[in-house]
Amino acid sequence: MNINSAESAVTANFPEDAAVIKLAIMAVGGQGGGVLTKWIEQCARSNGYAVQATSVAGVAQRTGATIYYIEMAPAIVDSPVFALMPAAGDVDILIAAEMMEAGRAIMRGFVTPDRTTLIASEHRILALSEKSVPGDGISKNEEILEAAKKHAKRQIIFDMEKIAVDAGSVISASLFGALAGSKALPFSRESFEASIKASGRGVEASLDVFSAAYDKVENPEILSTHISPRKTASSCKVVAKPTLLAAWNVLEEEAEKLPETVRQIALIGLRKVVDYQDTKYGHEYLNRLTQVMQSDDPKNEFRLSCETAKHLANAMTYDDVIRVADLKTRKARNVRINKEMGIHGEDYLKITEFLHPRAEEIVGMLPNKLGCFIEQRPGIMALIERFFSRKRLVRTDSLLGFIQLYFLGGLRTFRRRSYRYKIEQKHIDNWLSSALSLLPNDYNLALEVIRARRLIKGYGDTHSRGLTKFDRVLDGISLLTAHKESAYWAQKLQAAALDHEDDIQLKKTLQNIRSLA
Amino acid sequence: MAERSFEKEVQMLKLGEGDEFTGEGILAITKALLESGVGYVGGYQGAPISHLMDVLADAEEILSDLDVRFEANASEAAAAAMLSASVHYPIRGAVTFKGSVGVNVASDALANLASAGVTGGALIIIGEDYGEGSSIMQERSYAFAMKSQIWMIEPRPNLQSIVKAVEQGFLLSEATNTPVMLMLGIRSCHLTGSFKTRDNKRPPFTVQQALSEPRKNISRVVLPPMSYVQEQEKVNIRWPAAQSYIRKQKLNEIFAPENSAVGIVMQGGMYNNVISVLQRLGMADLYGNADIALYVLNVTYPLINDEFLEFCSNKNAVLVIEQGQPEFIEQTFGSMLFRAESKTKLYGKNLLPMAGEYTGDVLMKGLVSFFEKTATPFQNPQNEAPSSKAQESAQAELSKSVPIRPPGFCVGCPERPIFAAMKLVEQDLGQHQIAGDIGCHLFAALPPFEIGGSTMGYGLGPASNAAFDGGGTKRSISILGDGGFWHNGLSSSIGNAVFNKSDSVIVIIDNYFSAATGGQDLPSSRALNSSKSTKHTIAEAVKGIGVSWVRQIDDTYQVEQLRSILHEALTTEYNGPKIIIASSECMLNRQRREKPQFDKMLRNKKRVEKVRFGVDEDICTGDHACIRLSGCPSLSLKKSDDPLRDDPVASIDQNCVGCGNCGEVASAAMLCPSFYRADIVLNPATLERFWTKFRQRLINWLQELRQRKRLDFQEIAP
Repeated sequence: MNINSAESAVTANFPEDAAVIKLAIMAVGGQGGGVLTKWIEQCARSNGYAVQATSVAGVAQRTGATIYYIEMAPAIVDSPVFALMPAAGDVDILIAAEMMEAGRAIMRGFVTPDRTTLIASEHRILALSEKSVPGDGISKNEEILEAAKKHAKRQIIFDMEKIAVDAGSVISASLFGALAGSKALPFSRESFEASIKASGRGVEASLDVFSAAYDKVENPEILSTHISPRKTASSCKVVAKPTLLAAWNVLEEEAEKLPETVRQIALIGLRKVVDYQDTKYGHEYLNRLTQVMQSDDPKNEFRLSCETAKHLANAMTYDDVIRVADLKTRKARNVRINKEMGIHGEDYLKITEFLHPRAEEIVGMLPNKLGCFIEQRPGIMALIERFFSRKRLVRTDSLLGFIQLYFLGGLRTFRRRSYRYKIEQKHIDNWLSSALSLLPNDYNLALEVIRARRLIKGYGDTHSRGLTKFDRVLDGISLLTAHKESAYWAQKLQAAALDHEDDIQLKKTLQNIRSLA
Repeated sequence: MAERSFEKEVQMLKLGEGDEFTGEGILAITKALLESGVGYVGGYQGAPISHLMDVLADAEEILSDLDVRFEANASEAAAAAMLSASVHYPIRGAVTFKGSVGVNVASDALANLASAGVTGGALIIIGEDYGEGSSIMQERSYAFAMKSQIWMIEPRPNLQSIVKAVEQGFLLSEATNTPVMLMLGIRSCHLTGSFKTRDNKRPPFTVQQALSEPRKNISRVVLPPMSYVQEQEKVNIRWPAAQSYIRKQKLNEIFAPENSAVGIVMQGGMYNNVISVLQRLGMADLYGNADIALYVLNVTYPLINDEFLEFCSNKNAVLVIEQGQPEFIEQTFGSMLFRAESKTKLYGKNLLPMAGEYTGDVLMKGLVSFFEKTATPFQNPQNEAPSSKAQESAQAELSKSVPIRPPGFCVGCPERPIFAAMKLVEQDLGQHQIAGDIGCHLFAALPPFEIGGSTMGYGLGPASNAAFDGGGTKRSISILGDGGFWHNGLSSSIGNAVFNKSDSVIVIIDNYFSAATGGQDLPSSRALNSSKSTKHTIAEAVKGIGVSWVRQIDDTYQVEQLRSILHEALTTEYNGPKIIIASSECMLNRQRREKPQFDKMLRNKKRVEKVRFGVDEDICTGDHACIRLSGCPSLSLKKSDDPLRDDPVASIDQNCVGCGNCGEVASAAMLCPSFYRADIVLNPATLERFWTKFRQRLINWLQELRQRKRLDFQEIAP
């Protein structure tokens, strides 16, 4: 089927060589592929085409990948014979309702350079395998976009989900709009819109979305995708009373002395640390960072210092009860949530927090010596666990609930005296000094020690698990000191730790390292 | 009530003589049944014919106006048994279920029915769940037709042919006193198209009439000596009658241009895809007119010796296109040719794969090699297929990035917290021997839960653990859904466990519906159903059958509670079956029920509450442990805009229905406090508004008080 010849057939006179148009929709179950299929069928029938659509229903559609398939041809004399499913190299229009489904279509040969118009939404619905990785397991759109360029005759790719959601509708409407806008089907815009009207549900919102998507295809200059940039040091303003501001300025001036490459990230780290505790804590951050920087090698573009600036800030702002309570009782948080939930006018939110402090968290808040004393006595720990550790639902929109967390957040000023604080600071110092001790002989390995901090995350059980992994990776690294590919193996260790929740992979890598040594 | 409503569509069933019907295959079949004067219909849901059951249920009024009895049978066996009405009475009856598993279940009744033979036409409409989109083991129902001598019709996949096949099926059944299977592939059931309708026909003899004039005939009872006679009858009378009827009525179609030296034989269901490939090879036009002889088997069992041999008589070679294994049809044709000492060469599974679906790509390869072998000229595909190299390279480029996407639990599914609790119990007590069953809950075998490693059939989960139920260091656990429970589980699994004093744990998952098949009602459904009796609780049923250790949980989202009950069941001294019934309504169905009510209240400016969950991004550290205990499609990740973070953070999208699983799991597993529940109150009442404002002001004041004492880093939009 030659699309160009079909384009000229907008009138009822079908071209003599009119042939079948084959259209496949690849979607994730629940995206409304069925509605889109119905609209396309309706539109084609109203234009005098014979149409056949097929789909798979049932369990296969529950959130899994699914294919709808449509064939159509001008109904002239006899009934055409239509295939029931798409075949490789035999698809004129491929609509992918999600980026990886576009990738799957390309893999299956449904997108070919001689004929296929690829209409795809650039947004992602992450597969479980991408989400469940403890690190970053998200597939890259770039590879699919690259492949689309190579395999499609024509491609129309933008975030069609966003257009739909912004207008309070669903993606089927924007996909339909993009299909109409692509002019890959020889039907008028009006007949597309008529199909939406005929369906009779959520017509107005659907039409708005349809037309937004249609226009986007017509005006390619607005096709550019919007990727929100990461925060930079300058994307923030500081508000405070003069004395505090003065203290901050001193800190900022000190940070200005850092080399250009380190400064950007250090300023962001500094802000996080000060926000977490106070300006004094900020000084401690800068002191630690400066210590690393002084041993760093400018020839290496201060890579070690940059990484330290990042991971040190995260390490110093460890999650504890005070931090969580503080973050959950801030005004900015209410503003953000209200916006996310779309609260207007008199409408309001009831907010329930799910807390489950363990004995460790509670003891961590106690003064250093007391905490240390109790921690070493399993009997008392068990008692605390029994009395305190249970699901606690706190309503932070209610006065009572809010005040509870507000009080806990206010304990910030006592944090320095807490048991957990002492443990964390000691841990940080040990971590930095083990990196620094490696520095003279093996710059890259020292860098990996700093990076390994990424393994320690979160709160509660998650935190303990991360800590164990971190210790084991550091043990592994200590075996690598004399090895010439030390950094490579250290990276492998971390990747293994981040790749899966259990430690099978990590154990294997550690074994390999032991056999190297 | 089912997940999808056909209330609007069933109005098309009232179309009359010469009207045009445009719609889905399942509706077309229902229309054809009514046009054929069917007297009773029934079946059991299951993809791909679930919607046929839904259509019948939604059309109940139209059916009863025509004096047609509709029964939502308890299982495929029950459905097949209902066809017994056609043994003695001249009433046409049709039942539907999925193949091959439904046929497995029904086989007892089918075999008895086939042996007895029928007076009224008996039609078994089978949606063969084979190929892409299937959810069961890959087998053929064909073997059942062969062993029981049931005829099998496989029409060409277009609405006209399917509709015609229904009428032909009844006629064939009546002409030969044999039940007939009407086979439809997955995509044929949901295929759309048009056909000309006829008037609906009231059954000439209704089931009510039968009740007032009971009949019986001892020769139809399957007991010796009649059973021996029936076997002879099947082979010596009914079989030849079928062959001659099929031949005379031209049920099979031959499309033969003159002088075609080779031919293709195919199951009717393969026709469209074969034609599509021939079109690409330049050998057929849009309307299916081919340059090569085609023998289309609209009846695949029995096969007609003389018809086939005649087709082959002037041909050097024929190719048999027969999807699935083994190659029953090809073998039969092979023996026909051999006995006839024919010179025609037979090709089939030697050029096409023995196993797997015959897609366009597979057929293309098979046909091209057939044409090459037989020196039949053909054009290279009109639209150049991607060279296998190009496709290979695409596969190599993308196979690492494109993730597999198997089906899984829906957003907010109430079964998710059950398996989260089981995973947490596993962390405490170690792994257990766990058997699964058929139903949505089988998704638990996939990541992230990976619970259960077997499934032996509908309602057979607990029965499949029987060997382990004598007790040991750890107890076995089995899963059973409410669908499976009523289908077969009550007797085969629970009764079995009671009788054998099984020291096992059985978790029955009750989501108020037969959810996996599309939300049909069950005896334990909580909904009011005007024509069915519901609200029979599972707890009472198991107690009635003799189980004494029963725990009922009415809110599966209470992960901690579930966890402690599971813990108790696994560790209690009690020796005997321990049954946990975990009940919460299927979220898909609940949304379908509640959403319109909610929207209506919102439109009328009434006070409504909507629940959604959220994640505090600055507390989430990107470990994703919550996802590993949930897998909810709505709980996803997003890249943090914070340059200090390497890993994406959790994020909950717009589709969240506020089931609460995230928060409960995070709390039960002591993961992290980043989840919050937001009850969105829309159109609050006056007093409430006043109080809320007051509270918010006070909170605001406290927040500002603290903020004044610290540095405030305010983000500015880039």
